[in-house]
Amino acid sequence: MTNHWIDIRNADRIMIIGSNAAENHPISFKWVTKAQERGAKLISVDPRFTRTSSKADIYAPMRSGTDIAFIGGMIRYILNDLQQLSPAQRATKYNLTYITQYTNAALIVNSNYKGPGDNGDGLFSGFSASSSGTPGRLGSYDKSTWQYADTNTPATDPTLLNNTWTDWDDLNPKCVLRLLWEHYSRYTPEMVSSITGCPEADFLNVAEAYAESGATGKAGTIMYAMGTTQHTYGTQNVRSYAVLQLLLGNIGIAGGGINALRGTSNVQGSTDMLLLYHLLPGYLYMINHNEQTLDDYLATARKGRGIVTPQGLAGDKSAAWWWYNEDDPNSKKYIVSLLKAWYGDNARAFNDFGFNYLPKKTSTDDYSHIAIFEAVAAGIIKGMMVWGQNPAVGGPDAEGERKALEKLDWLVVTDLFETETAAFWKRDGADTANIDTEVFLLPAACSYEKQGSISNSGRWAQWRYKAVEPIGTAKPDLAIIDELTLKLKELYEAEGGPHAAAITRLHWDYRTTGEYANEADPNAVAKEINGYTWDTGEVVTSFTGLKSDGSTVSGNWLYCGMFAADGHNKAKDRDPVDASLNQIGLYSGWTWCWPVNRRIIYNRASVDFNGQPWDSEHPVIKREAGAWLGDIPDGPWPAINEADTGSKFLPFIMHKEGVGHLWGPGVAEGPLPEAYEPWESPLSENLMTGVTDTEAKGTPGFNDPCCYVGDLDGMNQRGASDEYPCVGMTYRLTEHWQAGQMTRNLPWLVELQPQPIAEIGEELARDRGIENGDIVEVSTARGSIQAVAVVTKRFRRLRIGNKDVDQVGVPWHWGYVGYSTGISPNGSSGNILTPHVGDANTTIPEYKTFLCDVRRV
Amino acid sequence: MELNRREFLKASGAGVGGIFLLGALNPDIALARTVNIPPLKRKVTETTTICCYCAVGCGAVVATYEDGAIKIEGDPDHPINEGTLCSKGQALPQFHTVDGEDNPNRLTKPLYRAAGGTTWQEVEWDWALDTIAQRVKKTRDDNWLSTINVGGTNYPVNRTDAIANFGGGELDNEECYLLVKMARALGLVYIEHCARI
Amino acid sequence: MAEAILYDSTKCTACRACQVACKQWNELEAEETTNRGTYENPPELSASTWNKIKFTELELNGEFKWIFTRLACMHCEEASCQNVCPTGAISKTDEGFVLIDQKWCIGCGYCVQACPYEVPHKDEHTGTARKCTSCADRTSNDLKPACVTTCPTGALTYGDRSSLLSDAEQRVAALGGSATLYGENELGGLHALYILEDSPEVYGLPAEPQVATKNSIGQWLSGLITAGLITALPFWFIFRRKDQIAVGDANEGGAK
Repeated sequence: MTNHWIDIRNADRIMIIGSNAAENHPISFKWVTKAQERGAKLISVDPRFTRTSSKADIYAPMRSGTDIAFIGGMIRYILNDLQQLSPAQRATKYNLTYITQYTNAALIVNSNYKGPGDNGDGLFSGFSASSSGTPGRLGSYDKSTWQYADTNTPATDPTLLNNTWTDWDDLNPKCVLRLLWEHYSRYTPEMVSSITGCPEADFLNVAEAYAESGATGKAGTIMYAMGTTQHTYGTQNVRSYAVLQLLLGNIGIAGGGINALRGTSNVQGSTDMLLLYHLLPGYLYMINHNEQTLDDYLATARKGRGIVTPQGLAGDKSAAWWWYNEDDPNSKKYIVSLLKAWYGDNARAFNDFGFNYLPKKTSTDDYSHIAIFEAVAAGIIKGMMVWGQNPAVGGPDAEGERKALEKLDWLVVTDLFETETAAFWKRDGADTANIDTEVFLLPAACSYEKQGSISNSGRWAQWRYKAVEPIGTAKPDLAIIDELTLKLKELYEAEGGPHAAAITRLHWDYRTTGEYANEADPNAVAKEINGYTWDTGEVVTSFTGLKSDGSTVSGNWLYCGMFAADGHNKAKDRDPVDASLNQIGLYSGWTWCWPVNRRIIYNRASVDFNGQPWDSEHPVIKREAGAWLGDIPDGPWPAINEADTGSKFLPFIMHKEGVGHLWGPGVAEGPLPEAYEPWESPLSENLMTGVTDTEAKGTPGFNDPCCYVGDLDGMNQRGASDEYPCVGMTYRLTEHWQAGQMTRNLPWLVELQPQPIAEIGEELARDRGIENGDIVEVSTARGSIQAVAVVTKRFRRLRIGNKDVDQVGVPWHWGYVGYSTGISPNGSSGNILTPHVGDANTTIPEYKTFLCDVRRV
Repeated sequence: MELNRREFLKASGAGVGGIFLLGALNPDIALARTVNIPPLKRKVTETTTICCYCAVGCGAVVATYEDGAIKIEGDPDHPINEGTLCSKGQALPQFHTVDGEDNPNRLTKPLYRAAGGTTWQEVEWDWALDTIAQRVKKTRDDNWLSTINVGGTNYPVNRTDAIANFGGGELDNEECYLLVKMARALGLVYIEHCARI
Repeated sequence: MAEAILYDSTKCTACRACQVACKQWNELEAEETTNRGTYENPPELSASTWNKIKFTELELNGEFKWIFTRLACMHCEEASCQNVCPTGAISKTDEGFVLIDQKWCIGCGYCVQACPYEVPHKDEHTGTARKCTSCADRTSNDLKPACVTTCPTGALTYGDRSSLLSDAEQRVAALGGSATLYGENELGGLHALYILEDSPEVYGLPAEPQVATKNSIGQWLSGLITAGLITALPFWFIFRRKDQIAVGDANEGGAK
């Protein structure tokens, strides 16, 4: 979340799309309800009518997977409004300073750029189809034509900056706002309705209500979750929200933001620590094969280095560009402090601080969840460790992933309960005696049987304490990881092995006294994450204190500052007083959040050039007498008008040019989101691009041209709409949790939702002869599951193009272990239905849209 | 020192300590009739925690009774949830206790399934971790990639592609950090967790 | 002082924290349930389910709605259960909450039959009738009922009945349309008040609930006798069973 939970109450418009917050983040509705009591309008856009929709002022249905068309239509509505209004009206209804000075609206793009509407192929300029076959991406782009015309000092369009335009033709043909119009003018209400199935009136209702948050002083927030991201173009779905929110001036302000409602209690923290292949802790780049020295690594990371001053923006002011602005760049301080935390005295200047102890990935390869199971199925991966996760239920094309597990030599699962992953060898249909995988199942302590910190969606790191002893001999994961690592160090000390120094020289010292004399002390680990001076052990209290010379340690620069100068851990702070300006609910003394306890990020965009808040009722920060009041500002620099030319001040400090990206030249499949069809679509022609689906594994321009298509040893089959006419989707219920191990073993929750369900609309039920409560079979090209039919008005038949489309919904919680198991022996796991395909940028699986059929059993 | 609930939580900071919580508040309960409401006079220890389900990060208070029973309620001081919890949060005690007994489905000892085996066997921790360490070492060492060839050039990469690590959005920050430290030191590149699924 | 629980259906998201909170505080076992084509479960109130949320899909004024209702003891001022209880086990607290004293309850089931809201149920284990106590053990110790305490959106509130009534009246006026306040006068006034978007019937609540008296239960009993001994058998069985079971706790709701 750019903002945080309590801040939702400051919103005037709340759009919940790709999220079912009332069901999956129930406490968020404390704050949604408070906003509604203040007069805020709640908008729910969802393929199905949910408990969230039940509380909404406006509900709009849509076909799953058509967010880009829906939001694109909203963007068109605003752009059209901007052009239709007189310059004076325009400045009243929208925050023009924000749009033109805090985003790249006015910047000029390369003259060779072509959009997907220009060539009739649905593709941007620079595409080449992949010839590598599956598994892999359909294609890739050369992005050079998407860049600014001048990448060092981008030019801007003065007509736009001066608000003297009336027609689109008045603007520079390659200025971003005009390119936005050329792109989005195609997203007419009729087109939106045709693609999404949302009645035009409902769509316009949403567009109008939400656009009202664009007025200066008004705030609109978007709450989204996996309904947004779990698509082959999930990243572009989020990009659509970014474009919308920047046009409405909603980023950085109280009650605004793009708020990813993260699903797992510490998925924010586990992401910050980077249990992900492509990054190192603190979002530092993972090292590539062609970066053999620290300098190589920094050079790649530093690409395009140089002070960028977009001409004409706020008087030619420049950008801070936090990562690389100085000769001694922050990125170097952070990676060196990380290496020092990992290799201690063995990390020295002469050995590049131990840079080469770390592995290097092949720069072009994907090692994501989907790729891992492709590699397991291909016999490349032979051993697997799984900690508190259950891919046999949670992974896409789950039966394929279960089958792949059979190829492992060994599997280690650490969890509270037996999981489907741990028990894959005894699942129905498995040839148990011929599965040669050794499996270790280790009992873990639950959340209140140990202590440590977790980071919530609003980035608050909160310490929690041990209330009871673990059951049986269960241990905290920390203790298990510590013991295992010490055993490995011992083993490599004794026996050696390739590159053994990477293990033997690892700095690993977390046992303290008392309870932690023989077990890793989470307090000691927390201190290393925060950072300290290597020689003295004194904590470093801000990442501005980290050094590139190896004198400081910090396991994660973003968490540097969690410890105060007196050595106490601020994640344990519990000051219940809200001392923010006008009590907007920051509660800055309640625990600590990254970065530097900034509760609302990009908050320099919440003020004008004089540092005065756009919304005086809900000020996030405010400049008074040469000092900032309120939240921690995004950088210490003065307000724009106070700063000399050349000072660093533009609000989006992590971007090279300092402004928000309406135009996103770094995204895999285009600088602007385009409405592609899901990998499995009920249509044969993409209604936006006009491209027809001709390729068996997916067609660029019909589908996302850069999406990842898996194979999974032949298990990843692609269905067609004649055989599987319905649009299927997976989701969660309030009463269960993710892959189910943490709720299907708790009787009170099993009582509430005892069995897997399949939700279908009344029209489809009638057509298929299905009565409410019947057992039905939902099937896709990958497999089928049985569930109890919930026949409901909450699922509507939608008119898509010239055909009627029904949607089928399947919660994915169930499996074959626990108090509540599936109806079919395969556990009725929803993910047996989902395909092994992934997003073009992140490779997150397309869980949310696939083709299926349903019949009465 | 007599403290009410809110003051108690504030005073202890960390929220850890033992008190006679409720019984001290109102020993003379006046009721309409002779219905005998039990005074809640039982020794409890209160410990604050953060709910382990979604990422709202609600605060909760674990009340641990002398007899081992536990009850968990929303932390009334927590600014996000203000003492409330959802249905999952309310079920938190059942991780530990179901109907007065340890949750029978919780794992209490390490389990091992041998190649081709049809059942779990209970094993000791030391054996389990020693054996896992040996398996990790063998797989890593047997499948070590010192260099790879890309476009005709050899690049030292010092990694293994034969071991994958999954997890964990349900682990604490300190656990995630040590896990990634261990995994990278072992030369793993297949490192993923639920953030991407 | 009369107190009450106010349920604002317009703020309820049916997260059902109240259902589990009740089970946790009152140490009630989970029921074995099946899915019957709805999110709603257990199917009805029981001896181990003292409150539940009812889910209803319908069209109101041409608009599709998914509405939720709280089902639990209404704590009637004119409490039928109290009227018909032959042993005097059922009584009211000063606050107006109706309690079944587990020591005195003989499990005759009269209250089960008499309640216009089908609230009390016989517990197979204890042989007594059980139901929501409005967490009298909490409220008499300055805590709110478990269900109210946990409610995320403020759909459930607890406090002085007259001030809740005035809050509710304002809310109903603000909602306008067919919004209704339920519980102000029904059965002499309920200590469970409801803010509804439409008429009580839409929510499955009786618009004009009737009080059962000892007399009406007498008529019902004679009908039973006419119907034959088989129907009465469970009573005999429960009496016998009660003798056999050592009832651990005298009252409902104590932290055991």
